[in-house]
Amino acid sequence: MILELLKLAWIFFKIGLFTFGGGYAMIPLMESELVSRNLIDINTLYDFIGIAESTPGPIAINMATFIGNEAMIDYGFLARIFGSIVMTTAVALPSFIIILLIASLGSKFLESKWVQHAFTGLKPTVIGLILSVSVGLMIRLVLPLVNIENFVFNVSIFNYQNLIIFGILVFLSIFVKKISPIKLIIIAAVLGIIIYSIS
Amino acid sequence: MNKPHHLLELFWEFFKIGAVTFGGGLAMMPIMRREVVESKGWVTDDDIIKILVISESTPGVFAVNAATFIGYKIGGFKGAIAATLGVIIPSLITISIISFFILQFKELTLVSYAFYGIQAAVALLIFKAALKLSKKIHFNVFSWIILISSILFATFTHISVLYLLLVGAILGIIYGMVENIKGARNI
Repeated sequence: MILELLKLAWIFFKIGLFTFGGGYAMIPLMESELVSRNLIDINTLYDFIGIAESTPGPIAINMATFIGNEAMIDYGFLARIFGSIVMTTAVALPSFIIILLIASLGSKFLESKWVQHAFTGLKPTVIGLILSVSVGLMIRLVLPLVNIENFVFNVSIFNYQNLIIFGILVFLSIFVKKISPIKLIIIAAVLGIIIYSIS
Repeated sequence: MNKPHHLLELFWEFFKIGAVTFGGGLAMMPIMRREVVESKGWVTDDDIIKILVISESTPGVFAVNAATFIGYKIGGFKGAIAATLGVIIPSLITISIISFFILQFKELTLVSYAFYGIQAAVALLIFKAALKLSKKIHFNVFSWIILISSILFATFTHISVLYLLLVGAILGIIYGMVENIKGARNI
């Protein structure tokens, strides 16, 4: 159990270390590190992200707390709390260490051109990863049996309900300026209830 | 500049910030600024700008970056710990409580319907985040090639995202070196 927890903590440490541009950048990392190793299934991951988005607090911390708790689910109440604390610490530690070094030693390192150059390569990479993850999720919601990574294009299940929900949400976010993430999520939840109840 | 009377005061200030900000990260900044600059006067606007710039070019969780930096400015190492714990603990409490109920809760049919909708919203939010981030890059042939290859590799292969990020960083450094050499020649 401790070994499992440490492995998971190491993954979260890496996620904390490689997250750029806000909590969203960690989603591709979580999909690649957690889902592909069967540490969490993909639906649970995105349900969690939905909740993490609609509760206060940094998304990365919310996600770490969730997954730490979920990982210890077989070991009882205290173990689950402990799991959350370990995972949250792991994801926050890289930020804490790096910023502490910068705050005490100055930001010379950051101004070095090597770091700046690395960022010119990292930024488009991160954006590409986030785009790929979001489009992948959209496809999975509408055509759940399609698996692009394994070149499986099975379209026998077609969730038109999700397509309708998605269409309405896109419409709203284009025509209602500055709709906040939490409002969008609440509207989506209500839409889900209505559309799936009547279909 | 003022100083907090006690580390607990610092902790509590960041606890409140962590407890009320939705969406995390940058959404937290205006609230943090109002609390630690305007109402408490612990740090200046310069420090806020500094942490924004530093966060642009360091990895990590933005809220933790900001809390660590501002906490350090106010109370050294202990201050950094107090502020960081403060900003993290509200999440830890809220999400722990939700975690204990979520499984029973998700078995309700209506809740599972709600989650279908929520996933659609999440997909859209992630997509919008990518578009927003793309405003921060300077588009040229190099960044387009990296962007498109990143999409292709992430979509059609099983290669770990960590490796893709490493390759992105290395290519950025190589590109920077090549540009420097070119620049030197032109002078």
